[in-house]
Amino acid sequence: MAMTRSADERARTQTRIRWELLANLVRKDLKVKYQGSVLGFLWSLANPLLLLVVYTFVFQLVLRSGIPQFGFFLLSGLLVWNAFSGAVGAACGAVVGNAGLVKKVRFPLAVLPLTPVGFTGVHFGLQLAVLLLVMLGTGYTHFLGPQLLLVLPALAVTLLFTVALCFLVSALNVRYRDTQHIVEVALMAGFWLNPIVYSVALVSDHLHGAVYLLYYVNPMAGIATTMQRALYAQDPVLPTGHRVLADPGYLFYLERLGIAAVVSGLLLLLGVRVYRRLSADFAEEL
Amino acid sequence: MSDVAIRAERVTKRFVMHGQRPTSLKERLVRRRGSEDGWFNALTEVSLSIDSGHTVGLIGPNGSGKSTLLKVLAGILRPTSGRVEANGRIASLLELGAGFNGELSGRDNVYLNASLLGLSRRETDRLFDSIVDFSELAEFIDNPVKHYSSGMYAKLGFAVAVHVDPDILLIDEVLAVGDEAFARKCLAKISEFQEQGRTILFVSHALDQVEQICDRGVVLNHGKAVYDGDPEFAVGTLRKIFGTDQPKEPDEEVPDEGISFDQILVSAVPGGPAVSSFTAGEPLAVRVETTLSGRWARAVRGMQVVAMGVGDIPIWLMETPPHAQPAGPGRWAVDFVLDAPPLLGRFVLGVQLVGDGGQPLAHTRTTTAFALAGGQRGGLLRVPYSVRRQLPSEASGS
Repeated sequence: MAMTRSADERARTQTRIRWELLANLVRKDLKVKYQGSVLGFLWSLANPLLLLVVYTFVFQLVLRSGIPQFGFFLLSGLLVWNAFSGAVGAACGAVVGNAGLVKKVRFPLAVLPLTPVGFTGVHFGLQLAVLLLVMLGTGYTHFLGPQLLLVLPALAVTLLFTVALCFLVSALNVRYRDTQHIVEVALMAGFWLNPIVYSVALVSDHLHGAVYLLYYVNPMAGIATTMQRALYAQDPVLPTGHRVLADPGYLFYLERLGIAAVVSGLLLLLGVRVYRRLSADFAEEL
Repeated sequence: MSDVAIRAERVTKRFVMHGQRPTSLKERLVRRRGSEDGWFNALTEVSLSIDSGHTVGLIGPNGSGKSTLLKVLAGILRPTSGRVEANGRIASLLELGAGFNGELSGRDNVYLNASLLGLSRRETDRLFDSIVDFSELAEFIDNPVKHYSSGMYAKLGFAVAVHVDPDILLIDEVLAVGDEAFARKCLAKISEFQEQGRTILFVSHALDQVEQICDRGVVLNHGKAVYDGDPEFAVGTLRKIFGTDQPKEPDEEVPDEGISFDQILVSAVPGGPAVSSFTAGEPLAVRVETTLSGRWARAVRGMQVVAMGVGDIPIWLMETPPHAQPAGPGRWAVDFVLDAPPLLGRFVLGVQLVGDGGQPLAHTRTTTAFALAGGQRGGLLRVPYSVRRQLPSEASGS
């Protein structure tokens, strides 16, 4: 009979199965999205490609930011932002969209907000790989160097931050359905407030000292500038006299990522607690 | 192995009716709290304790709270008050094909569904062929599920659920889908589970299935457990609820504290240990103990005991002879002694105290049934008969 395994073993099995379940749900989302389409997965490259063309037109030609090889600068920050905002946006609907499941099956509810993280994560991986290949292919070798390693802590903090917000918004949206709309607007604002399509130098010009430090309480600011340091990796001088990157060194970014990590960690604690408390009543609120 | 597998202790579940519930932050801030929120109790102080290895049927009219109770036991809903305790892995079949996605093939859905229900990929690999066999859908297994008929859908869902290897199985009316051949297959699988000692709690409207499969029946009505005991009697209770629009008669009715029914004991000899099953001809004794105040001791003229079969059909009556009234206030006990009649079935006892002219003063009934078995076949009553064979020469015309 089923009771032959020890309680410990059963607990371990349950945790392993939970990760498997998450992988299965991500796989399902991917299959459902791309099954039957001719180009399949390659469609996921269309979005960043389109943004690249449009933003290059606007910021290089029309507004003349003066950033050389603007495309690579843009994509350094844009890819990670898209991953983050895509996941958080989708997480709003993660629980309400699976209402049938939640009301009828007992399963570890924590996998629901994590599924969009996996889903956008897969896309991000593909896009990053393509970006690196294109950089190599076009002879853009600035990114080859020790600063590339900064990508690792940057992505770790992105994951932490994304997961924290996914737990929060997915749980809140069940009870307050306009969370979705608030998130949409906030993400839109966030895109512009973060130095993704422009250099952070334009901001640091106006903020000094402690206030400039506060700017990095927003984890994305630290993440975007770090990704630019790691991938774009060059620090030319703009026509206005500013430098493109936030800082030419490494420590600056590690410090900012440290702040981002603390903020994200606290948000994660909050997010998990909120999710745990609200998830007990999901089945009847949906 | 009689440890408790799953238990609900005084579970109450209250649902707030969402008519005017604020569903956005704006509404929450603008409206005042708590106005116009109706609520109702889907379950009220329901206590249910199921030992492992037992099969319990949960029946009741629509809206009586059966599905809610199942969801609370499964851990999907949180009780408003009370506790739920479970020992062992629970699989709940509240809906077949939970998590099925129409775009994916049957095969993909099996893996997804199995994963949701708690199986690892490796286990699903191992069980896959058995699952497909059970569902009888081998030739369609790689087609997208949106092309399946509803019967096929149900078959696949049940096939997966049945392979989950739970200790406790909670089933909500899902046995009703599929044709009879499939229903038989499902019942066979449930029998297998019972033999393996698993615990099953199932909700069904198919009352004959409940009588057939379960060893205990619980009736819910308006969120309260109104009967918990023998499955045949549970079905009978439910049928009475359906048949009459009035609220169910209380089991016991006494006019005031002057009459109390202390004990009704069914045994082999008066005062002996309780016996719950008898063979025809064996000695059977019924002892009824009551306590009467002075006024009632004077008013009571006699006691009647009726043995009732399923549906409370009276089968035989025993009563005290005339002039056998209680002597005075206090304890009044009466023993009825008989040989177990040649009947087959399960019976409960109804006891009534009557006054002048047979007027009923108080009544009660037992909830535990006792069984009679005469060793006969093919009928409720064993009637002595003789057989005489006609010799060929006696037959008029061959």
